[in-house]
Amino acid sequence: MADQTATRLVTVRNEAGIHARPADLLVRLADKFESDIQILKNGETYDGKSILSIMTLAAGQNTQLVLQANGPDAENALDALAELFERGFDEMIVSQPTKDQSTEGSVDR
Amino acid sequence: MQVLQGIAVSPGIAIGEALVVDTEGFILPQHRIAHSEVDAELARLDLAMEAVADDIGRDRESVAEQLGDEYAAIFSAHQQMMCDPHLRTRLEALIRENLCPPEVAVAKTLRGYARKFQQMDNAYLAERAHDLRDLEQRLLDYLMARQRPSLSKLTDPAIILAHDLTPSQTAKLDRHKVLGFVTEAGGEGGHTAILAKGLEIPAVVGVGQMLVNVVCGSHLIVDGDQGTVIIKPDAATLSSYQEKCEQHRSRSLRLQQLRDLPCETRDGTRIQLLANIEFPQEVPTCIERGAGGIGLYRTEFLYLGSDTEPTEETHYQAYREVLQAMQQRPVVIRTLDLGADKMGYASLVADEHNPFLGLRSIRLSLRNLDLFRTQLRAILRASPFGSARIMFPLVTTLLELRQAKLLLRETMEDLQDEGHSIPTDIPIGMMVEVPAAVMMIDHFLREVDFVSIGTNDLTQYTLAVDRSNKEVADLYHACDPAVIKLIDMTLKAARAANIPANVCGQMSGTPHLALLLLGLGLRGFSVPPAAIPEIKRICRSVTLDQCETVAAHVLEMESAREVDNYLQEQLRQLAPQTNT
Repeated sequence: MADQTATRLVTVRNEAGIHARPADLLVRLADKFESDIQILKNGETYDGKSILSIMTLAAGQNTQLVLQANGPDAENALDALAELFERGFDEMIVSQPTKDQSTEGSVDR
Repeated sequence: MQVLQGIAVSPGIAIGEALVVDTEGFILPQHRIAHSEVDAELARLDLAMEAVADDIGRDRESVAEQLGDEYAAIFSAHQQMMCDPHLRTRLEALIRENLCPPEVAVAKTLRGYARKFQQMDNAYLAERAHDLRDLEQRLLDYLMARQRPSLSKLTDPAIILAHDLTPSQTAKLDRHKVLGFVTEAGGEGGHTAILAKGLEIPAVVGVGQMLVNVVCGSHLIVDGDQGTVIIKPDAATLSSYQEKCEQHRSRSLRLQQLRDLPCETRDGTRIQLLANIEFPQEVPTCIERGAGGIGLYRTEFLYLGSDTEPTEETHYQAYREVLQAMQQRPVVIRTLDLGADKMGYASLVADEHNPFLGLRSIRLSLRNLDLFRTQLRAILRASPFGSARIMFPLVTTLLELRQAKLLLRETMEDLQDEGHSIPTDIPIGMMVEVPAAVMMIDHFLREVDFVSIGTNDLTQYTLAVDRSNKEVADLYHACDPAVIKLIDMTLKAARAANIPANVCGQMSGTPHLALLLLGLGLRGFSVPPAAIPEIKRICRSVTLDQCETVAAHVLEMESAREVDNYLQEQLRQLAPQTNT
């Protein structure tokens, strides 16, 4: 299969941004694909398969990033990665606890 | 040739080769590797990286098991870092192209990343710099496991260079192989400086960033008199320093001749001249120099030298050795003064924002009674072997003093119940080193047998200057008029109460300040063994009248600089050096 090039615009959704754990998840996922994966931010390119490179991105919540992949499975790779961003690296607080919920069972009531 | 200026903390000249010690105690190899070694070194690096990745994997599993996957996530990230292709590429480039040993490549690369993280706006990521330091340590542990040189087993004499030396590192130094030391950080009166003085090793601290310009084996001169460090001296400089070295030697020989002369002023007033020591091995030097006793036996070394808490027996052996060696001369044993800058084998203190105002010294002892009791038992058991006294450090309130004395009494009773025969009249004293203690000195004097003024802490607490912080170390002056007033108050009150007082801080071993102290009425000096001959020479050169006139002048002065200049000048006039 011929090499493809794909790009995708993603947004960092989780509150803490891309810190160590999300960077770890991202690299583990990127490593499953053959394609080279880059992340572009402010004209700088970061290696999607290097946790240290990704951590130096310092991408906080709501940062927009461009994902770019080159290789036989470029499209598939970006589909998967974009979905990881969309899920907020599984760090999304699923429902903001409302006042009622947060005080439920609390000892200082 | 390059000349760096630092703070002179321990006199003397050292000429020799540099040995660079990393902050964690590693001595990084500074040589370049040969082209032929590149592949072997890379293989060694890969083995270390694999081993570290495995270790992290194990940590991850055990944490996951105990605390859950969430907590183990960070280890997963660490593992990922160990396998990072960029990291490996950079390390390989340094080894292959710059011929760095893997240890150096690891230190450089991971610190580079750590710096990058530290500079980030994101506080969470900035914190991750610690993770990189951790990985660096893990890797270095493997890389250097076999050949990690220990400071206690130096093969050749060398000048030690470090960012900073922890007290426990200094404790492990082989004094016969260490020619001198230089640290980037630190200030006058810091623990490292005091130790250097105790070991009589020339030292310069607070020289600022320096390690980047020096490699192991560089030729160096450490001038502990001027506070300069000369890297790669030229021939003329070297020979002038060799001459100075010779002068030092002959001068100290001349001072040795004072040993058997009494320590008294020209008008015949006896002055008690005692020595400050850190460990029993210093006793022979004290006796050689004619010390009248030990005015301050710092016991921290027992805690700093080893990785485990010292047993009662360890304490006992050390105290007994000192007491026996000093025969019937007084030996003041100061109880544990750990804390703040002197943490030893275990962290008894959590991270403190302000350790010098934190849980240290007598406060630490009173909170860790088992630790304290162990030491008191050992002192009491050793006391029949000589003339022991006990001194409590950093006493701030009467309550503290009473608690400490009560515990001592209980310990005494316990020992008697166990059948030990111990003297019950062991003199008890306290350090006066907190302004609060000076303010309440009349009350304290009713409950102690002697006091000793610790000028280092007294200065730092009076002037609110952290003496080990190089940003403000220049604001630390033992001769500040405020400090002098507090010393004056203490000495006057002690005299009125007929309680012996001495000064055991650095001040009493500093020639021009000794002049002032004599004038303020001090009759007991406790100084580093090396300073004994010089202080004796000064005492023997002056009359009390002269000193009292000097002191009266000083008490009118307004600044440390004024006091310092005046006293230097008076010293030149009253006790001129005969041979310089």
